[in-house]
Amino acid sequence: MRHHDIGAGLGRALRTALAGLALAGATTLACAADYKILVPAAPGGGYDQLGRAVQAALQANKLAERVQVNNVTGAGGTIGLAQLINGSKGDGGALMASGKGMVSAVFINKSPVTLSNVTPIARLTGEYEVLVVPASSPLKSMADLVAAYKANPAAVSWAGGFAGGVDQLTAGMIVQAIGGEAGKFNYVAFGSGGEVLAQVLGGHVTVGLGGFNEFAGQIKAGKLRALAVTAPARVKDIDVPTLKEQGINVEFVNWRGIMAAPGISDAQRDELVKALTQMAKSESWKATLEKNEWVDMLMVGDEFRHYVEAEQKTVLKLVTDLGLVKK
Amino acid sequence: METLNALFSGFAVALSLQNLFLGFVGVTLGTAVGVLPGVGPALTVALLLPATAGFDPTGALIMFAGIYYGAMFGGSTTSILLNTPGESATIVTAMEGNMMAKRGRAGAALATSAIGSFVAGTIGTVLLTFVSPFAVDVALKFGPAEYFSVMVLAFVTVSAVLGASPARGLAALFLGLTIGLIGLDSQTGQARFTLGVPELLDGLDIVVVAVGLFAVGETLYVATYLNRGADIIEQMKGSIWMSKEDWKRSWKPWLRGTALGFPFGCIPAGGAEIPTFLSYATEKKLSKHADEFGKGAIEGVAGPEAANNASASGTLMPLLTLGLPTTATAAIILAAFQQYGLQPGPLLFDTQPELIWGLIASMYIGNVILLALNLPLVGVWVKLLAIPRPLLYAGILIFATMGAYGIRNSWFDLALLYGIGLLGFVMRRYDIPVAPVLVGLILGPLSEQQFRRALAISQGDLSIFVTQPISATVLAITVLVVIVPQAWRLVRRMQANAIGHHSPI
Repeated sequence: MRHHDIGAGLGRALRTALAGLALAGATTLACAADYKILVPAAPGGGYDQLGRAVQAALQANKLAERVQVNNVTGAGGTIGLAQLINGSKGDGGALMASGKGMVSAVFINKSPVTLSNVTPIARLTGEYEVLVVPASSPLKSMADLVAAYKANPAAVSWAGGFAGGVDQLTAGMIVQAIGGEAGKFNYVAFGSGGEVLAQVLGGHVTVGLGGFNEFAGQIKAGKLRALAVTAPARVKDIDVPTLKEQGINVEFVNWRGIMAAPGISDAQRDELVKALTQMAKSESWKATLEKNEWVDMLMVGDEFRHYVEAEQKTVLKLVTDLGLVKK
Repeated sequence: METLNALFSGFAVALSLQNLFLGFVGVTLGTAVGVLPGVGPALTVALLLPATAGFDPTGALIMFAGIYYGAMFGGSTTSILLNTPGESATIVTAMEGNMMAKRGRAGAALATSAIGSFVAGTIGTVLLTFVSPFAVDVALKFGPAEYFSVMVLAFVTVSAVLGASPARGLAALFLGLTIGLIGLDSQTGQARFTLGVPELLDGLDIVVVAVGLFAVGETLYVATYLNRGADIIEQMKGSIWMSKEDWKRSWKPWLRGTALGFPFGCIPAGGAEIPTFLSYATEKKLSKHADEFGKGAIEGVAGPEAANNASASGTLMPLLTLGLPTTATAAIILAAFQQYGLQPGPLLFDTQPELIWGLIASMYIGNVILLALNLPLVGVWVKLLAIPRPLLYAGILIFATMGAYGIRNSWFDLALLYGIGLLGFVMRRYDIPVAPVLVGLILGPLSEQQFRRALAISQGDLSIFVTQPISATVLAITVLVVIVPQAWRLVRRMQANAIGHHSPI
């Protein structure tokens, strides 16, 4: 079952029609740059926030005349991915919000197209994961969690988002790092970050995973205890020890960035890289990062392309180890 | 005291010009769709979500809630005048109300239902105001095992009242359960019944299914059988106001109806149909004018109308505190919350106090507006029914089509809408209720996921459902709910036999 907002859809249909008219007018004016950002998820989520933030920053810094955002939801973003690849080949103005979740969704959903088919432009933001327990939990640190896991692996329930999402990937990496078997730990998938939060607060699960922002309010209120953050080093404003500090060699960041359509020329690609780099170094973008508590993770061009290739290999191995994808 | 402060700040939000206007629009629209047969509050809210994507969430949700309880008000009008319940919750109202109308007492019937709705709606809102904050603490005690037990209760109570034929009702329910399986399994990430179609990976969109079954199915049916049978509107005679005797006979049923309706709305399996039937039965039993029942007894209108409105207020409690929709409209309102990135649940009171208390405060105001609307404007509402049916249903079809296409700008959803619409037509043609399909589609996947989560946490130990106190209590209630109506039916059958012997008819 999928709860959906027919309304947003209808609004989007109208907006698309209006934007189409606007675009038709714009081509005759031959403006500097017009971009379409495809957001492969519903309004309100992480990709949507990124897509709309980029839209605002490109326009605020006069790097683009018109930027249109279009949500194409479904199948963890792979419906949108397929649409970009099949519908915008060679279009230097067609962009898509993407990220680590999509890398995994491609494998889970057995998508016929992958991120190898698009042109990576820039990694922009990141969010670290945190592990939380209720304030009343006897677990005070990762060492306690590891001890509980080693005593009885099945008795430790790890709550997070849907199967194959960033929460399960994080949990799987931790289990592997402490000598457990990734395919066998007791991961319980919930529908949303809010549900995970309620389950952890109610003490129904041993430990919960999620983006720091989702739990920040309750951690600050003292109702949740954060055992660890998946950052490489302690993060400003997040007074939580890292996994590495506690002897678990795991780093994890839920990165998000912008991809362009396949088949664009090198010149088109360089122009996009330049525009997004300028955007990411602007004051207005810094303010956006601060407001959303996103970590600046700018990486562009070839370096980002290699990064995406490496990510695909790592994630494929992980989801296979987790038993989500058959070898 | 804290609650009162929160409520007063909620009134500050609800009384802002914008929110007051949206609340007014909501209850007015709600009354209108309640009056129109075939257009329910769920569909209306679903079709309105487009226009509100850019709205401030508080205002939009105030409007949606207004549509919901406005429809409960308006549904009684067609029940009484046309013997055509606009909503399933007003079926009982039609029984006595239409008989009153035939005796030229339509004014009193409409008045007692409007005032009864106001009384029940207001008392229900008071209960929502003062019980909800405590209910949040209870809500956090709900883990997967508790939720699953609640789903079991929901299945039992909801399906028990769906349709006269158990075989047809169950067939429809299992159809819903089956199509609920389509999509990725969220625990293991494996695709089920997706036939390699990527559009099916997220499962069938409940809005597309609902709009297809209700709007498209109904339209096809009306188009096919339009000329068979005509509705007769009874002329209103006498004063719109109730006599002293009417007041005397109405106030107790209002209160009893409220007492039955609210808890049924609150429990995540209640709905409005059961309490209206229970209220009708109670009033019949307690009335000094039991002989008038079946010929237009005012108690039989007052009680059930209060019950359905109280249950609408009650429904908002599990929705707001647990994020658990108990009716189709509540499910769509939940989707509206999610459209704004809000997750109804225990924490909403902490994270969005303005929205929650503004919404609750708006319900007090909305009830007053509804009373003001419904008493003097009854004559106007009836005119809505004068829209020629071909135009009315053509309009519905256009909105349904645009809405379904707009969800993902996908032809696939459009094909799905009309495929399901055709199914809805066939089901209607052969008297198979369509509502159980939605019940199965909504509850099936939820209960499956909760069941598996509960077992994952208990490491496969099934006893978790009976060793957890809340879960065990809910299961015990479920058993009672199964047994009591059976006993009740037996009693009624015996009564019916008794009446059959003595009545000249």
